[in-house]
Amino acid sequence: MDRRRHLDDWRPGASLETLRARARLLARIRAFFAARGVLEVETPLAGISFGTDPAIEPLRTRFTGPGHARGLDLYLQSSPEFFMKRLLAAGSGPIWQLGKAFRNGEAGPRHNPEFTLLEWYRPGFDDAALMDEVAALVCAALEQDLPVEHCAYAALFRTHLGIDPLEADAEGLRDCALAHDVLGAEGLVLDRDGWLDLLMSTLIEPLLGRDGLTFVTDYPASQASLARLAPDGRTAARFELYWQGMELANGFHELSDATEQAQRFEQENCRRRSAGQAPMPVDDALLAALEHGLPDCAGVALGIDRLLMCQLGLDDIDQVLAFSLARL
Amino acid sequence: MASYNTNEFRSGLKLMLDGDPCVIIENEFVKPGKGQAFNRVKLRNLKTGRVLEKTFKSGESVEAADVMERDLAYLYTDGEFWYFMDNETYEQYQADANAMGEAVKWIKEQDVCNVTLWNGQPIVVEAPNFVVLEITETDPGLKGDTSGGGGKPATLETGAVVRVPLFVQTGEKIKVDTRSGEYVSRAKDD
Repeated sequence: MDRRRHLDDWRPGASLETLRARARLLARIRAFFAARGVLEVETPLAGISFGTDPAIEPLRTRFTGPGHARGLDLYLQSSPEFFMKRLLAAGSGPIWQLGKAFRNGEAGPRHNPEFTLLEWYRPGFDDAALMDEVAALVCAALEQDLPVEHCAYAALFRTHLGIDPLEADAEGLRDCALAHDVLGAEGLVLDRDGWLDLLMSTLIEPLLGRDGLTFVTDYPASQASLARLAPDGRTAARFELYWQGMELANGFHELSDATEQAQRFEQENCRRRSAGQAPMPVDDALLAALEHGLPDCAGVALGIDRLLMCQLGLDDIDQVLAFSLARL
Repeated sequence: MASYNTNEFRSGLKLMLDGDPCVIIENEFVKPGKGQAFNRVKLRNLKTGRVLEKTFKSGESVEAADVMERDLAYLYTDGEFWYFMDNETYEQYQADANAMGEAVKWIKEQDVCNVTLWNGQPIVVEAPNFVVLEITETDPGLKGDTSGGGGKPATLETGAVVRVPLFVQTGEKIKVDTRSGEYVSRAKDD
């Protein structure tokens, strides 16, 4: 990276006005959860294990000191999910956390490797109940009433692309991408979910949340991540929130079955190995907590930097961060 | 063979795509929260000038194009090729009509042109932004008209035709902007 190209590079990317808007946003979020009796918690940013999702790569660091003379590899967490689920299993009740999350390899107008994530868990809620609370939180945080709509993932693909994302195979999805002029798609080698991601992010996402908040629901089972599956096994109780064509939040009716969670970790690590990525150390403490018993709950993570971008009509994450990667 | 990872993509980087050298104009990182990352890239084909878009899976590598730009002096043409020389190394290059494009209309011997070389071969020749050329033929204008309003066609020594003010006459030298193909002013004799 070209460093210190301009003398003015020491300055923050966000204007002082934007930094004040950020502070107001955070204050209203704190007030929202305080009023609802949700407990604010803090969990470690650096952990010894990491999620196995092949699409998320960790930033690593290393502790050397008492007890670890040869050093202990640590992973900067991409979400506080595993630690928060351990608190839930320990009987915390509803909890929320506002903190930094980290992802390696991600930088651009909508991505910074270090970003601010709001994450919360609601025992006794399912995904539908949590979506209502997400909408309420966003409207309260912005002091703005926004219309809310819900669209099933499969219905979006049928409406906009004329294809069934639960049935179509990789070849059919590739043909769909070519038919809709996703330029350069002819040269891509992707699996089924890769094609779904391409269609979603290039053709559907820009159309979502134009008039308000759009929740996309019922993701394909192959993209369940940490959500529980529907009884028919075809879709997952996972939702995403979009506003102004921007992905803001991802939520689940949480998977609480320790055996299934262990299987998903193993499957994802297999996919990592076959793609030439390093497998991640599986979080045994999380599996033990699930074994002990995670209350039936729903949880969601919401990107605060992007929410601020939407609120202020800014199109580069650098404009809402004091110091983005390019300004370190 | 040299290649670039998508993480190295930035505007100005030169890549090989479908057998043609291209330069990146814009590079956008696209990634769903839980899914495949892509780079959506806008490029210009350096041979045709055409702008195209491509989507790459992030992390892939793409062949680099061995492309460089040089300032070369125009020597002469044999009708089929146009010959250029690097005034420092005395190395000579030949460009075909395709690479010459519009530049043929404007350049004279010894003019220094910006030449894009791909694998050592000229693929794009740009005329200097301004050239001074003699008018070989134009209708005599009305005497006393110095306003320049209206204008008339004038053929230049290279064969190019530009619109000039009525007061400019055959045998005079004029300055032309090669990017717009427009008359700028009369040129003073050195």
